[in-house]
Amino acid sequence: MPIINDTLFFDEKAHGEALERALMMSPQEVVMEIRESGLRGRGGAGFPTGTKWMLALSAKADKKFVVCNADEGEPGTFKDRVLLSEYTKLVLEGMVIGGYAIQAQKGFIYLRGEYAYLLEHLNTFLERMRKENRLGDNILGTSFSFDIEIRLGSGAYVCGEETALIESLEGHRGEARNRPPFPVNTGYLGYPTIVNNVETFACAYIVMSKGAQWFAKYGTEKSKGMKLISVSGDCKKPGVYEVPFGITVKELLELVQADRTKAVQIGGASGICIPMSEINRNISFEDIPTGGSVIIFNEDRSMLKVLRNFMEFFVEESCGQCTPCRVGNKKLLEGVEMLEKGECSHRYLNELIELGKTMQIASKCGLGQSSPNPFISIVTNFKDEIMSNSIRGNNGR
Amino acid sequence: MIFPDKNVLVNEVDTLVRKYGNGRESLLPILQDIQRKFGFISDFAMQEVAHQLNIHPVEVYGVVTFYSFLSTEPKGKYVIRLCKTISCELAGKDAVANTLERELNLKFGETSMDRKFTLEYCHCIGMCDQGPAMLINESVYTKLTPSKVIEIIESLK
Repeated sequence: MPIINDTLFFDEKAHGEALERALMMSPQEVVMEIRESGLRGRGGAGFPTGTKWMLALSAKADKKFVVCNADEGEPGTFKDRVLLSEYTKLVLEGMVIGGYAIQAQKGFIYLRGEYAYLLEHLNTFLERMRKENRLGDNILGTSFSFDIEIRLGSGAYVCGEETALIESLEGHRGEARNRPPFPVNTGYLGYPTIVNNVETFACAYIVMSKGAQWFAKYGTEKSKGMKLISVSGDCKKPGVYEVPFGITVKELLELVQADRTKAVQIGGASGICIPMSEINRNISFEDIPTGGSVIIFNEDRSMLKVLRNFMEFFVEESCGQCTPCRVGNKKLLEGVEMLEKGECSHRYLNELIELGKTMQIASKCGLGQSSPNPFISIVTNFKDEIMSNSIRGNNGR
Repeated sequence: MIFPDKNVLVNEVDTLVRKYGNGRESLLPILQDIQRKFGFISDFAMQEVAHQLNIHPVEVYGVVTFYSFLSTEPKGKYVIRLCKTISCELAGKDAVANTLERELNLKFGETSMDRKFTLEYCHCIGMCDQGPAMLINESVYTKLTPSKVIEIIESLK
């Protein structure tokens, strides 16, 4: 597969006049165009964006909200930082298009506290959009009015989960809500709200500028378009890459010049870790879905150390609201400590894997449902290495 | 330790409530500004915010203690947060962490007696391709080495 011939984001000339085009259409037509493009949420869950927008458009309420999820906290992800700082127009005008499509009056950017240094740039850009009549009252001479406000997060990973984010916007602890009802019906302050990832808004801009058909040329059958991938770890060329969905892990490793690779963590701490025997698998919603984090480990790295890092992360970032996540992650971390000491028996390890599977089903939100992923995939795919620590004792439970 | 005068705090909260509004959704922006200005959110500040937003002080306390960037204990003028996520760890975080502890004479989680520096770990700050990375207040520092850390600390002392 050819890697990158056209690029959506990185070619400024290709950006076009999306906002002008969208405002000449009806909101229903904009939503249909997004649906036809096959665009799916870029935060990782992959919910069809057109469907989300259609549900919010058809919801009856006197106020509606657009939220841009810029709480990019997944370990190993930094593509939203690049989009917000260098391709600001795509994101912010993508939000305006989203606002028009669902007929909202106000948008929020929930920017993670760690990115507070982007605030000045973003506010300057918003001010410029207001001066150019691309934001504010009667945008570009139409009857549509919309404004955007930036809210900062305060260092909580769980606020990247959409209902926790809304709780945080409302001034509460960032604890996830039960779903349903979904934010498209009952969102910010109880009003219909769409919450989309930074990259999703940028993609929506590109769909409106180039057309649904053009966008859908890229990618695979169920994963249309290009994906931004943040690559870090053991490779010569870390950074943000724009690749078509369906790219194999092998092709990606060649692109970033990784050698002596042992394992690839795809999807950040909440993603899965694959060994070299699986590098012909591809990045797409059909095979390995990801919000865009790829971390590469070479042959010198201890997978147990990697796993400990991820489990410490989840123990600290679990909001503590539901038991499977609050207690489960602690038990998994204790399991890692037992493995390090060589005290975890094979039988107990299997019990921990079962516990992980229970957490995937029983946790309330995406954090707890995905936190056992690295544990299960690392101890399954690297069992020989993990258990070789156990040779000394093997007198565990 | 210097605690802000109560009148100063009352006035500050008053100004912030006028700026952001007295709805519950203004709570985080108000607390973030207090944290930025005073380096922590005191019991008195929480009570005053609760009073002006007409909510129970425990609601405010619950929010302050939930978010890692808000604190009930005084923080230093410079809050140093070193990323401890795996990509930065692979890139050499440990050597940077040792240098920070040694040069500041602080352990992670501590604030210096003169309230100048607080040293903490944080999770991924989105600089994974340029690690090891850290934040000092709201500025980001990347590709850290022990000698680069010494240079940065000296410039702040």
